[in-house]
Amino acid sequence: MASRRIVTGAHYGLKDWLAQRITAVMLLVYTLVLLGAVSLGSAATYDQWAGLFAQGWFKIITLLAMLALCWHAWVGVRDIYMDYIKPTAIRLSLQVLTIIGLIAYLCWTVLILWKV
Amino acid sequence: MSSTRPQFRNIHVSQILSYRLPLAGVVSILHRLSGAFLFLIGIPLVLFVLDQSIASEMTHARLSAMLGHPLAKLVCLGVIWAFLHHAIAGIRYLILDLHIGTAKEQARSSARIVLILSLSMTAVVALRLFGAF
Repeated sequence: MASRRIVTGAHYGLKDWLAQRITAVMLLVYTLVLLGAVSLGSAATYDQWAGLFAQGWFKIITLLAMLALCWHAWVGVRDIYMDYIKPTAIRLSLQVLTIIGLIAYLCWTVLILWKV
Repeated sequence: MSSTRPQFRNIHVSQILSYRLPLAGVVSILHRLSGAFLFLIGIPLVLFVLDQSIASEMTHARLSAMLGHPLAKLVCLGVIWAFLHHAIAGIRYLILDLHIGTAKEQARSSARIVLILSLSMTAVVALRLFGAF
């Protein structure tokens, strides 16, 4: 039987679907943590706001949230490409650009966080 | 296979306006649009704002001045709506994934709740941003 799998398809399984949902929950939890910190007055002044991100644990959960966001965005954006972009060459190019962009965002996040 | 059989595929972006979607369909296409908007505009904007807001006291003050501009507030409001819609509709999908509220009437009313919540929360943020309270 000939394989109908295509080079720019999804991973044909539960993994991406599940990852999208797990990362969604992680992002919801991070949003609540951030809202909680802000509502407790941790963002009123520059010193408080920067002080929040100066703590190691907050850097780590922020980076984890950003990792979840990039993974989540990857699954979602690829779904959009698979629905609307049919030529393999264009779809693959967009997918590669998207991955490079998301990894660049992750690197930028590290730079931002470890400056304070 | 007969070529005259009708095919029902994903609605193309160019067809959005010509479709009369049910409420759940409106929530769905807005979920996709808001997701794309958050990816293209939201992520870089949030990273820029985070960078400027924590880098130094000087950049923090400059950012505050920058975000005071009505046009900047409008862009932020757009991103905030996209986030609120995407997050609240996303919670609905997570609940549906647990096989809760999948009956037609329940799904319709939960779609209505998503739209009411996201739009009213966006309205509150808009009033706050533009100085109503």
